[in-house]
Amino acid sequence: MANIMTVDDSVSLRKLVASALQGAGHTVSEADSGQSALNVAKTKVFDLVISDLNMPGMDGLTLVGHLRKLPAYRSIPILILTTEMDPQKKQAAKAAGATGWLVKPFDPVQLLATIRKVLD
Amino acid sequence: MTKSLTDIQTELLGTFFEESFEGLQQLESGLLALEQSKSSDPDIINDVFRAAHSIKGGAGSFGLPEVCTLGHAMESMLEDFRSRRTQPTRESLAALLEGVDLLRNALEARKAGSSLPLPGLQTFCERLAALRGASDAQPAPVIAAAKASENLDITFLPLPKILESGNEPVRLLRELARLGHADVTADLSKLPALTEIDPSLCYLSWQIALEGSGVTRAAVEDVFCWVDTDAEVRIVGRNATVTPLDIGPAQATAQSPSPLVQEAKHAAAPAPTGDGRSDTTMGSIRVGVDKIDMLMNMVGELVITQSMLGVMDDESRLDSRRVEQLREGLSLLARNTRSLQESVMRLRSVPISAVFSRFPRLVHDLSQQLGKQVELRVSGQTTEIDKTVVEKLGDPLVHLVRNSMDHGLETPEARVAAGKPPVGVIEIGAYHHGGDVVVEVTDDGRGINREKVIDRARQLGLLGPNEAPPEDAIRDFIFAPGFSTAAAVTDVSGRGVGMDVVRRNIRALGGDVFIETTVGKGTRISMRLPLTLAIIDGQIIRVGQHAYVVPLLSIVESVQVEPKRVNKYQGKRELYRLRDKLIPMVELGQVLGMTSWQRSEDSLMMIVEAENAQIGLLVDELLAQQQVVVKSLETNYDRVPGLSGATILGDGSVAFILDTAAIGRLVRGVSTNGAHAA
Repeated sequence: MANIMTVDDSVSLRKLVASALQGAGHTVSEADSGQSALNVAKTKVFDLVISDLNMPGMDGLTLVGHLRKLPAYRSIPILILTTEMDPQKKQAAKAAGATGWLVKPFDPVQLLATIRKVLD
Repeated sequence: MTKSLTDIQTELLGTFFEESFEGLQQLESGLLALEQSKSSDPDIINDVFRAAHSIKGGAGSFGLPEVCTLGHAMESMLEDFRSRRTQPTRESLAALLEGVDLLRNALEARKAGSSLPLPGLQTFCERLAALRGASDAQPAPVIAAAKASENLDITFLPLPKILESGNEPVRLLRELARLGHADVTADLSKLPALTEIDPSLCYLSWQIALEGSGVTRAAVEDVFCWVDTDAEVRIVGRNATVTPLDIGPAQATAQSPSPLVQEAKHAAAPAPTGDGRSDTTMGSIRVGVDKIDMLMNMVGELVITQSMLGVMDDESRLDSRRVEQLREGLSLLARNTRSLQESVMRLRSVPISAVFSRFPRLVHDLSQQLGKQVELRVSGQTTEIDKTVVEKLGDPLVHLVRNSMDHGLETPEARVAAGKPPVGVIEIGAYHHGGDVVVEVTDDGRGINREKVIDRARQLGLLGPNEAPPEDAIRDFIFAPGFSTAAAVTDVSGRGVGMDVVRRNIRALGGDVFIETTVGKGTRISMRLPLTLAIIDGQIIRVGQHAYVVPLLSIVESVQVEPKRVNKYQGKRELYRLRDKLIPMVELGQVLGMTSWQRSEDSLMMIVEAENAQIGLLVDELLAQQQVVVKSLETNYDRVPGLSGATILGDGSVAFILDTAAIGRLVRGVSTNGAHAA
């Protein structure tokens, strides 16, 4: 089972993601902002990072950019959680280094199925 | 056991509501700021956008389709501002503010276990879309194409750098294999010699022949949707022509239904009723960690004291040294209990900003409606007060502010004519005063005209045609039911239900309302509220055989009754001359219905506040002063006039808590005059 970090400024959504992942046996760390996620990432390597796109301060894409600069995170899967994914946003997410995206609203079954694509 | 999705969602729904109401507040103040500055500050727009976005995103995930639809419509408009496609206009901001109200109603409805009907909201969304001038605002519901399974040949040619994005081809192949039977052939031709392999690059490509009942083109495209820029993927149906993978918007929406499609699904399902979900309407409170820490400290102290006292619990005799130890321990225990109690009280208290934050919007809307210019000043937002009080303070405060705006403040022209600046000022403030919190609404308007109040009181029959008006005419009459001096009843206030309701609500909270007014200068209305409703400092008294508690805050002083100072009024009421005042004497035993109660010769009289007046309660004995925990009677019994609750005393007996204001009213019901010295 994997070590996963979820990043979201909304407590309810973060906990929803975390509960779904924990229910599947994953170990979950939560971060409430891009900056605190980055700070944690500097001392610990996760198997997967799931970050919200829109956050005050450091947004999801900026976080991905910073994470990709950390040697340990060069090829770690990072998924962006967002409400829509239009082609432009997709392009921007890919350019920032995101592995993929999860579209809200999501249900835990779908969430778990989707992250299978990036987890062993 | 793992929890099901609905359990988790239900648990987190309360948190989501809290966040959303905070978000709405942000949204509202941001929109107001945009309107006032008449500019489009990108920071504000970003904040506002994010607030709408979060509500929408959460609502979708928590299964609140109508909230999601509203949020989506508002977000789209805000996205236009953010991307500078359009500038905020007065109309669009007004519509968005209306959306904030609708969102709030929709969330409130959900919180109460029902939901707003979707069609009505969609009309509003269409209006927003029309304002945006967008034809694409309502994405046409996309019905996912019927999925016929087919056998597919897939060519997967990853770019060498695919691994850098975190996508691992082998996992994608595994996903494909879940769809059906996969025959995979790897192309190793580009693999360099072992010594030259760069582990960060991908050298392989694959041919996959896929068949099975779950194999559809959409499912395969879904597997590859994250790597379309990192790989070349060709999907060929057997006996079909080659189509390169192109995940255009049409397919993308087909895979992940647009919010509207989801909503349609939800709308078709029966609207969730209160079952299970109603738990989330239970009040919750956000508490700072420092408060919890303090509580933990207190409990720690308590444990230490307990162990100190525990040492006493052995067989040896209590000698003087041990008695001393015991005393010390007990006094420590008393101190700890008090601190613990204060900490717990603090836990229940929340900043009053929770109520104040709605006023900028209210004042903004009213000033437009009334054509008055108003500056709102808010102070003391961080003043903390019991959560229950905060919740019940909202409506009275709204009444007061409406009154001030409508009756108090003059039109700009009238203000200028009176030598005042055209912009009126309304101040809302809160501060601690002794054991109370005072909340004030002050305006610099025309003040309350005493003569008008008296005229109106005569019209209403509150004052006889020839009866002399009391000194405190304004205070006495303005809180009377049905009282309004407004020349014309307006939509904003003046329905004459305001002030008496305000006073009733505030009194129900154990507080009171006061008015100060100067004609031409303005009016200040102060509400005094207790810090908490749960624990009060009380004086225990004895009347007959029974102990009662009088809230310490309402006690002015206690005197030994000197018979020569007692004056009979109209032959039956007794007034006590104390210094320059005449104080009505109240025989508590009679008021409380003790038929056998006899006033003793050397009675004590406790002078208490009863709504700005004073009354003297005749009691038999003053017992201890102590803090008492207020237990409500109304949960199990009818409300008894004169009693505000009950408590349990140290010896285990029950004592009623007297409501001095209500006793004052009871007494005045017999005689309305007499509180004023001749």
